[in-house]
Amino acid sequence: MNALTSLDRPNSYIGRSVPRPNAKRLLAGRGRYVTDIRLPRMLHAAFLRSPYAHARIISIDVDAARALAGVHLVATGADIARICAPWTGTLDHFKGMTSEPQLPLPLDRVVWAGQAVVAVVAESRALAEDALELISIGYEELPAVVDLDAARQPGTPRVNPSGTSNICFRTQLDSGGVDEAFASAAHVVEEEFSFGRHTPVTLEPRAIVADYDAESGSLTVHHATQTPYQFQDLYARHYGIPEARVRVIAPDIGGSFGMKLHVYHEDMAVVGLSILLARPVKYVADRIESFVSDIHARDHHVRARMAVDVEGKILAMDIHDATAIGAFSTYPRTSVVEGNQVVRLIGAPYDFKSYRAVLEVVFQNKVQTSQYRAVGHPIACAVTERMVDLAASQVGIDPFTMRARNVIADNAYPTASPTGYKFEALSHEICLQRLRGIMDYDALRTEQAELRQRGIHRGIGIATFVEITNPSPAFYGVGGARISSQDGATLSLTPSGEVRCAISVTEQGQGTEAIIGQIVADQLGVAQDHVKVITGDTEVTPHGGATWACRGAGIGGETALQAARRLKANILEIAGLILQEQPSALDIIDGQVVGVATGQLRLPVAEIARIAYFRSDTLPPGTQAQLTVSHHFAPQGYPFAFTNGIQGCYLEVDVHTGFIKLLKHYVVEDCGRIINPMLVDEQLRGGVVQGLGAALFEECRYGETGQLLNGSLADYLVPMAMEMPDIIIDHVETPTADTILGAKGCGEAGTAAASACVLNAVNDALAPLAASINAIPITPARVLKALGRY
Amino acid sequence: MSSEIDDAEEAVRVRFTVNGRKVACEVAPRDTLVDCLRNALELTGTHAGCEMGACGACLVQLDGRAVHGCLMFAVQADGARIDTIEGLSESGAIADLQAEFHRRNALQCGFCTPGMLINAHELLSRLTEPSRAAIRDALSGNFCRCTGYEAIVDAIAAVADARAAKASQEGSPG
Ligand code: FES
Ligand code: FES
Repeated sequence: MNALTSLDRPNSYIGRSVPRPNAKRLLAGRGRYVTDIRLPRMLHAAFLRSPYAHARIISIDVDAARALAGVHLVATGADIARICAPWTGTLDHFKGMTSEPQLPLPLDRVVWAGQAVVAVVAESRALAEDALELISIGYEELPAVVDLDAARQPGTPRVNPSGTSNICFRTQLDSGGVDEAFASAAHVVEEEFSFGRHTPVTLEPRAIVADYDAESGSLTVHHATQTPYQFQDLYARHYGIPEARVRVIAPDIGGSFGMKLHVYHEDMAVVGLSILLARPVKYVADRIESFVSDIHARDHHVRARMAVDVEGKILAMDIHDATAIGAFSTYPRTSVVEGNQVVRLIGAPYDFKSYRAVLEVVFQNKVQTSQYRAVGHPIACAVTERMVDLAASQVGIDPFTMRARNVIADNAYPTASPTGYKFEALSHEICLQRLRGIMDYDALRTEQAELRQRGIHRGIGIATFVEITNPSPAFYGVGGARISSQDGATLSLTPSGEVRCAISVTEQGQGTEAIIGQIVADQLGVAQDHVKVITGDTEVTPHGGATWACRGAGIGGETALQAARRLKANILEIAGLILQEQPSALDIIDGQVVGVATGQLRLPVAEIARIAYFRSDTLPPGTQAQLTVSHHFAPQGYPFAFTNGIQGCYLEVDVHTGFIKLLKHYVVEDCGRIINPMLVDEQLRGGVVQGLGAALFEECRYGETGQLLNGSLADYLVPMAMEMPDIIIDHVETPTADTILGAKGCGEAGTAAASACVLNAVNDALAPLAASINAIPITPARVLKALGRY
Repeated sequence: MSSEIDDAEEAVRVRFTVNGRKVACEVAPRDTLVDCLRNALELTGTHAGCEMGACGACLVQLDGRAVHGCLMFAVQADGARIDTIEGLSESGAIADLQAEFHRRNALQCGFCTPGMLINAHELLSRLTEPSRAAIRDALSGNFCRCTGYEAIVDAIAAVADARAAKASQEGSPG
């Protein structure tokens, strides 16, 4: 199938841990983030926000703010609504889902505390904030729907008065045979879980500079986003500007994790403000604003039942997932994808037939939730893996044995999950064995038993997972979203024989540019130093999906690979003409054209470039050298390239304080072909730590009136270096046969299972004390409560 | 900013030595040091992540000690010597840390990195061979959402080892 190089050939970069060329700038403080951008005549926006979770707007008085020197514009919802078409966060493939139309700023009703209501544009951010204090808004408070369970009760006040209930979306999966399986099961285990809301907390907050040029009717937006092409399309359509006159540039981005690909009201407003003023307008969310306006995620209550036979073989699962998403569904990717993935991913690593699930997605008066790293996976994984542990303990077998009995066998592929996900090839069995080895599981169990004698309560938890990567149009495109699942690259040989690759996948620090450079250099046969990769500018690269849901390496990488092969063929065609050889008898190694048979150096690639660009007169008549190629690649074959892996966690619970000390974390992961092992490991580590934060600390806490109570970085706990463990990583490589490259994603894997293994490990530690935990985050208070000490 | 606009914006003149160079600039009394560095002096390598002393993105050296640029008004730093990531890079003072961070990929988006480097620099100037736990402890005021911290800890530990080895070589006779 694929003829990838072995590592001992020159320029064989695929599979090598090379450092990221673009990281040196960042280390020297020479990054250029949107936060850093300052344009001539640039103004600054600030927003007055609703103090109420739900209220009618009675009056808005902006006269004093308008009169303040240095203020250029005070805009209300009506002002921007005149130029911006509303949007609705629904997709057709989620049958029956509803959501209200949205505008940048509301006209007559606010639906969460922190919603932006009025915008001020002034000479400086500080002045704009001064002006906010001069604005008075009259509100009539309406009943707020805050709690997830309350939102689902009949007779509850409605988040959207025009709707008939607070339900956004409901779906049901049933493979059949569930009731029969439960009736005949040797053991049935049941549990109810709750997962707190948390939020991405990128270190660089959301930032945007919109620059509308009235004379040419063109809009340039410097936008801290993962998906510049999506926003080019949205700004064009919602503001009625021809797409070709909208340019979105995503320079260095200070973290994204899915958060920076959604439409935010302030961002849309800033574009409108720039159009109204015909001047550049900048907005950077401060941290307090980030907490009340960035997407949140999770917030699920799950009821689960699992039926197993006497040996511990899983027979069936029955799930009810209720999730609350805010007052409307996020645009353009919706807020139901997370729940949809929860109910479809539960049970996915295991070989069983009977599965039933109900998903209920409800509105509430809180900020919107949507896709954040590992979308749905952590919940599906935590529910599944806790149920597997509960079943194992009922049957009386070890968690490893339980999983070994139930995972889909490595030789059973291709196969499908009971929810219809098609698996090309996964490696659960080998991953399970590897994990047992790297954990030194038996020794850990011995140590745990010894320490228990001394009153020290350690826990060991493991969690198997399946990750969705390389999404095809089945993800969004089929639902009518203008979100691309293909990518494009333009590859040029420069006159001095170097290579320039402009590609539609984007960089937020994962190392996208590094791996694209590795692939291009590898495939062309040039030094990586000689490949310049350009990303993040709609004016410069072809249109593509960019980077989300784990597609940069798998789809972007394949795009680069195929483009590089085409460029190489074109270079060798010219080389053949110059050298009077068949192109097939030539190859490129280290920037030199060589004879395939002899390995003999024939001509530097730079010389081919020189001749083609400057002395085309010396080439045979009729020759037109094509030293630039543009190439697109859309995934085909399986709708998703699933990956898998397993994680382990070793921790200690202080039963007096409820504090949990993470001692060590382990990951065995299979993301197919690995392009840069160091970058993959660092993706996994970063992902694991985000999952550990969710497991132990992170939760957006709300008061009864819908106020966020811990919306600052001092109150909302994030994982810091001191609390985090070292993480041991091992890999299995099962490439996908759908591409030449064979790469799948690895960006979600760490986050997908980390909280599940912590949950299992804490329960393992508490088991002898007859206490158990079924809620995330596992705070000291929850531990003490479980122990009956609080 | 001219004074007619708003009293709060009325400019004050401050003088510092920034990255070895004497500078004077006009700041509003309410401008924080991080705002002044980033806006007036265009030293955008110092970042703001929380503006309340919780994330460490804004660390700079003030008279040789790491301080939070967000917790100090620019006027309070009048007369001080300030070193930012840009100056420490150019002087080569942290070149070994930067190289090791690069080699181990101890950064992803890089937004926390200047603060991490300044903190690491301070740590290694106080402790020659910190344990991993001491490094983690020292970093406990620097939030990184991307890396998971381990590579940062590894990089700092490796630089500490290399510096100690070099010092003992230089110290040994012959
Ligand atoms: S910005 Fe100063 S500590 Fe976060
Ligand atoms: S590298 Fe992104 S926050 Fe640390």
